[in-house]
Amino acid sequence: MTQSLDSLRFRITKRFGAKVVLDDFALEVRGRQFVTLLGPSGCGKSTALNIVAGLIPASDGELWIDEQRMDHLPTEKRGFGMVFQNYALFPHMTVFGNIAFGLELQRRPTAEIRERVRQMLALVQLPDFADRYPAQLSGGQQQRVAIARALVLQPRLLLLDEPLSNLDAKLRIEMRAEIKRLHASLGLTCIYVTHDQTEALSLSDWIVVMRDGIVMQAGPPDAIYNRPNNLFVADFMGFRNFFAGQIAADGRLQSATGALQLHGRGHEGLGQGEPATAAIRPEDVLVTADGTGGNQIRGRVEIVEYLGRDHEAVLRLEDQSSLWVHTPAPLAPGETVSVTLPPDKVIFLPGTPQMRP
Amino acid sequence: MMARRRAEGREVDLTAMLCLAPSVLYVIVMFVYPFLHGVYLSLRPAKQSGLSFANYAAFFSDEWQYGTIWITFSIAVPTTLIVVSTALFLAYGMRRGIRMERTITTILVLPVSLGVILLSIGIQGFYGSRGWFNQILLGSGLLSEPLQLTNNHTGVVLSLFMQQFPFCFLMLLGYISGIDPTLEKSARTLGAGSWTVFRRVMLPLMAPGIAIAVALVFVMSFAVFPSAILLGQPAGATRTIAIAAYHQAFEHYDMSYASAIAVIMGLCQLAGLLLIVLLRQRMVTAPTMGVGKR
Amino acid sequence: MRGRLWHLALYLFVLGFILNLLGIVTHVSVSAFAKRWFGTPLPPQFTTDWFVYAWKNFDLDRVLGVTVIVALSVVALALLLAYPAAYILARRNFRGKALLLLLYFLPLVIPQMTYGISLATTLYGGPIGGTMAAVILANLVPMVPLAIFVLIPFFEQISMNLEWGAQTLGASRLQIFRRILLPLTVPGLLTAGVLILVNTVSNFELTFLVSGAGSQTLVVALFYNVFAGGVRPVYSVDAMALMYMATVLVILLVALRFVRPTQMVFRLDQPGR
Repeated sequence: MTQSLDSLRFRITKRFGAKVVLDDFALEVRGRQFVTLLGPSGCGKSTALNIVAGLIPASDGELWIDEQRMDHLPTEKRGFGMVFQNYALFPHMTVFGNIAFGLELQRRPTAEIRERVRQMLALVQLPDFADRYPAQLSGGQQQRVAIARALVLQPRLLLLDEPLSNLDAKLRIEMRAEIKRLHASLGLTCIYVTHDQTEALSLSDWIVVMRDGIVMQAGPPDAIYNRPNNLFVADFMGFRNFFAGQIAADGRLQSATGALQLHGRGHEGLGQGEPATAAIRPEDVLVTADGTGGNQIRGRVEIVEYLGRDHEAVLRLEDQSSLWVHTPAPLAPGETVSVTLPPDKVIFLPGTPQMRP
Repeated sequence: MMARRRAEGREVDLTAMLCLAPSVLYVIVMFVYPFLHGVYLSLRPAKQSGLSFANYAAFFSDEWQYGTIWITFSIAVPTTLIVVSTALFLAYGMRRGIRMERTITTILVLPVSLGVILLSIGIQGFYGSRGWFNQILLGSGLLSEPLQLTNNHTGVVLSLFMQQFPFCFLMLLGYISGIDPTLEKSARTLGAGSWTVFRRVMLPLMAPGIAIAVALVFVMSFAVFPSAILLGQPAGATRTIAIAAYHQAFEHYDMSYASAIAVIMGLCQLAGLLLIVLLRQRMVTAPTMGVGKR
Repeated sequence: MRGRLWHLALYLFVLGFILNLLGIVTHVSVSAFAKRWFGTPLPPQFTTDWFVYAWKNFDLDRVLGVTVIVALSVVALALLLAYPAAYILARRNFRGKALLLLLYFLPLVIPQMTYGISLATTLYGGPIGGTMAAVILANLVPMVPLAIFVLIPFFEQISMNLEWGAQTLGASRLQIFRRILLPLTVPGLLTAGVLILVNTVSNFELTFLVSGAGSQTLVVALFYNVFAGGVRPVYSVDAMALMYMATVLVILLVALRFVRPTQMVFRLDQPGR
């Protein structure tokens, strides 16, 4: 099994010229945890990963592993495995050569190298591929070799930089399961970087949502998914309907246009009169007339997209705002329908979209 | 445990300096220094002490010497015009691709690889007054007297053409191929005929490439040396400035004067370049690189 | 219709060019085998004596030796100096990089006669003037930059992630160089080496200006023999020219296995093409 670490914590600031890419980005990872840095491109997540690996230096900050300071250690001495988006397999070596590379550098006896590589190939389910070259492998196979190459050295930490981004949708699902299986069976500590929320949700114990080098929210997957605590995270996690307004005296949100009063789950720290936004996912909007608990709205169907199982539609409400709806119910353009926004699916978030920096 | 911080981005760390140092030093010591030394030397005439412009004065007061400037221009300018216009004509016609491209490029590349000496020897033989070319023309009755194509101005230009054309053509071909073909198509759909397309759409876009081609061919042709000796009259009509510099250096052993001539040659080339840049500025007001390129 | 005219003109031109080249080269070849030839379509008698004559009288065994030594030395030294520089230039962007690239570019774009005279002056000022060492040093001036510009795109093609991956697997800088970079840049080294070889063997101006009696390469010796026209029968000179051409064509055949024809003529790099 891998020799895992007990804890990793760091605090990083990184500047490229005048631009601050990471602003005092801090994180603590416990042994055997699967932590994901999630965010749009340019948010600094890959930069943070590269700094943890020692591949680029931080402008400021520290890195502690098991309570020992590590930031002055060069990459090759840190013992972290890393998997890249473009696999980074050595094209002039066979699969065997690639996986054995790190072991050869450690001057392990030939018999040991052969055995460990064999075990690794079996683990990633490529037992007969030892003599092939990377160019002869498919994307998924290459990625498995890349993972095997990193894991054969039994690293105490595995860093993954958007490893599935170059794979097609079906392969991504298979490889996700593969990574999850490896993490569980080997007891790995992983830091994973991605812009794909599905990957983050399915693989992680802990998600850190980032934007422009700052942590927007950190927490377990269900907290990030169901209880985003700011507009950015909500938007990123699929809440597409936003109604800006104010908190009224009865706790409901009064939309800025005055036409809507919505019940919803409150946000601590939001008092009466404060600017707030109500948000709900398209999938949570019920296309039905009988609304229990309130939040009934009428709207005219403008556009309908057929998605097979469901329909994606845009409704034009009385105050001219739009409502995105994702429902199995068949809707026709021009139709006027009543929809319900279940209050327990509506969340209130501080601030309004115009206030976002 | 302290390790050296690896540099990244805009820094130049020790590793980078060690990697670059040998070649940088070499270019400075073996190119920049001799060049500057030559300029300095040109100002220290052989028969005088101290710095002076005596060499330059001597050059410009002796028609045998300053006449070489005109001679060299009279070789370089026609060569440049003929090479670039032929190359442009053909490259433009081939911009949408040609069959047997690789064969054609291989053939075009042969003259350069064979080298100027072999070419000149061959031209001397083939185009000489008793060579096959004239034999064919005389034998078929097209001419009554052999064409004088060697040991004169024409021979030199011919040799230069064979050396410069391949490079110029391939460069222009590459450049023109890089221009977005849909620009031409859309111009046609808007009613533009071939000539209009060329004049108003393609020419402005090709202008930077043409300017570079003209500049390179001119500069290279201006320094003509072996062709002028083997195929021309090095003591007369084709006594180019390079020959003048060579004579001073290796027959009169006056390195100082020779360096001065080399400096003048360089300045003439620079003047030619400036002229090209100025002409280009005035001719085309269209935006340059990047626009319309794939 | 228009297109047809272009194509016709093009093929006619290429045909003309080929005939031209063929005529030139064949004439030299025929003359080399001619006993005597004066104004007739073909010489009345053929012989191979001129080759023997040239070999004996033009000191060709030594000249050939010099050419080989000079060419191989220039290739080796140019690659040695250019390799690390090309690596840094491909990987890093630093202040002054544009200036540095311009510096490397100058010896390629400034004609050899323009800077050759002063280079010769400098070399003749010291003890190595006129020797093989001077010829090697002079040829390196344009060849080191050429090697750099040819190698840079080959380095750029190697993803930085390969080096990073090797680092995370424990490789030191030296190990990365030996086991990752070097094997992957072999094509680049071959391309650059072949281009330098062809350029050095056929280089005239620089070698001419700095060489002495014992350090002439094949081309320069050929030139001197043409020039000493009266003393040397033209057939023997043509014989020597033919031998030179054979040498170059052999090198060219080998070269074209590794290098595209366009690269032989371009003095600039062409990433990706």
